[in-house]
Amino acid sequence: MTWSVVVPDIVAGLFLGAFLALVAVGYSMVYGILRLINFAHGDFYMLAAFVSYSLLAVVTVGTKINWGNVVWVGIVTMIAGGVLAMAVERLVYRPMRRAAVLSVMIAALGVSQVLENGVLNIPGWGSNYLPFPVTPPSTGFNVDGIHYTWTQVVIVVIAVVLITAVWWIVNRTMLGTAMRAVAQDRAAATLMGINTDRIISLVFFIGGALAGAAAVTSSLYYGQINYLEGFSLGLQAFTAAVMGGIGNVAGAAVGGLLLGILESVGTGLFGAQWALLFAFGALVLTLWLRPTGLLGERVAQRV
Amino acid sequence: MPRESKDLAAPSEITPTALSDVEQPPASGLNVALSRLHPGLPVALVALGLAAFLPALVQNTYVVSVAMQVEILMCLALGLNFVVGLCGMLDLGFAAFFAIGSYTTGLLSVDSHWPILATVPVAVVASLIGAVFIGTPTLRLRSDYLAVITLGFGEIIQNIVTNLNQTGGPEGISGIAPLSVAGLTINSTAGYFYVFLVLTVLFTWVSYRVRRSRLGRAWLAIREDEDTAHAMGIKVHRFKLYAYMAGSVYGSITGSLYGAAFIAIAPPSFGFSESLLVVMAVAMGGIGSIWGALLGAGVVIASPEIFRQFATARLLVFGFLLVLIMVLRPQGIWPETGLGLERRARSVARSVRGFARPSTRRSGGRAQ
Repeated sequence: MTWSVVVPDIVAGLFLGAFLALVAVGYSMVYGILRLINFAHGDFYMLAAFVSYSLLAVVTVGTKINWGNVVWVGIVTMIAGGVLAMAVERLVYRPMRRAAVLSVMIAALGVSQVLENGVLNIPGWGSNYLPFPVTPPSTGFNVDGIHYTWTQVVIVVIAVVLITAVWWIVNRTMLGTAMRAVAQDRAAATLMGINTDRIISLVFFIGGALAGAAAVTSSLYYGQINYLEGFSLGLQAFTAAVMGGIGNVAGAAVGGLLLGILESVGTGLFGAQWALLFAFGALVLTLWLRPTGLLGERVAQRV
Repeated sequence: MPRESKDLAAPSEITPTALSDVEQPPASGLNVALSRLHPGLPVALVALGLAAFLPALVQNTYVVSVAMQVEILMCLALGLNFVVGLCGMLDLGFAAFFAIGSYTTGLLSVDSHWPILATVPVAVVASLIGAVFIGTPTLRLRSDYLAVITLGFGEIIQNIVTNLNQTGGPEGISGIAPLSVAGLTINSTAGYFYVFLVLTVLFTWVSYRVRRSRLGRAWLAIREDEDTAHAMGIKVHRFKLYAYMAGSVYGSITGSLYGAAFIAIAPPSFGFSESLLVVMAVAMGGIGSIWGALLGAGVVIASPEIFRQFATARLLVFGFLLVLIMVLRPQGIWPETGLGLERRARSVARSVRGFARPSTRRSGGRAQ
């Protein structure tokens, strides 16, 4: 085995990793602030993909891609994803603030069922794989005989920019300080005059918006959408978030990229059917060696 | 009858003697005598009596097979209840043990023509090895990380049985011999309905006894406060592993008999969705509560069947129901009445103004 065999897999994994990282950041932030594994998060991504599909289908004439349309559909989808996440938090999770976390998690599973089967029952969406209305052009450049398109580059750049922006908000702004305060101790944060409900809402909005961005970019990249794709991607994103050290943005990003690359390389080396095993094996190994994840702080659990 | 037993439920859950003597109203009749043994017992006996005649009453294979699925999920939920309910560890890969039991039995039955009952101990040992293998390095982790590790374990097991030729690949194993007990071969759905009924009763009884034992009390102590439990001399990691092992035994025995009942087994039955069903049953019924786990299994299996009239929207309705139940009753349908001590502590704390409440409100709650 030489490196040249693995390099294309690593690059392909970078794309999967970019999507995973976008979803994982939302997962991780929600977890950080509520200690909730939000199983519905992957379905925010899925629903956002369907929203962008319908919007693009309406505005697109023929199959020619109109970047102006893609950009505003992307922005609207991000807002839609954010609003959806906020609505779910407001309607389901907020009334359960004082309930055991396991109960909230089961409610999240219920939300996930509702979203998936809701999409399944909406005319025009349904259970089939739907081809995405626009196909990005294949113009690009070659490295070592492998073709990369400009769209792929743009996708990675978008992911990096968005995640950096969120990292900046969380770690460098007053608002982010409030978020971290709420995550650390909700009661104390309230006493400091922080409107915790609003902060939690905002965290859900950011998570949902990132899932929306992942939905648009990955649908462009893979060219098709399906109502079940969200749940499995969500699981992978959760795995990625844990691998990187759950609760912090940088960890989720690193975990997402790493898991994407591992899955892709695993597929290349052992075949697609073993990719999942490879990825989870890596997770088990990571947590065994570093029980708080790659970038996780060493905190004693006292909950 | 249920009302009366409910009135008694609170005190006699605690300890049969000291507290219940004080608070129980004057006893009379068989019902109360049974209630004194255990508060849920009269209800349970009525339910059991009805269940025993179900195949004869309905004469409908579909209903009986759904009832059998309920029993199977009950058995699994009782197993997971050790891990999630009593010990407070979130396990998202419980179907792995179910798979290990099913596949061990399936392979030994089809390839080596072992009788089903003889395969059960082998399956139990296999799943115990699995539990120790995955539990030893990981039970020290924070419980949320544990969730994803167990999830990964479940996926890995499913992945392995899907991809190995020895386990039949994606098609799985078929032609598993029927269960025969004392010369009696069980071939019908109704027959397996009774097999799982017996298993459910057995598991319930064992769960009930274990919960009241030193072991069960140690688990509850760990769930309530790990550090305090540790300070009291409970070897936390070892007891966590015991809970995990106990769950795996339930899972694998259920899996063994599942293989015999359905003749054929295939990987999709052992995926993440199956694990989630079990978690749902435990959480919906009431985390830690044995009766809750049984009831939760019933709701989780039966409600999508009842909503079948909504055709493709049935899971949509089920999802709404799930959310609604959890929002309105986050503690589950039939919550654990506790060991009573906690409630007593609270009532004492309430009566002494200004006395800090027992530290229940840390962010997150207890059952992570």
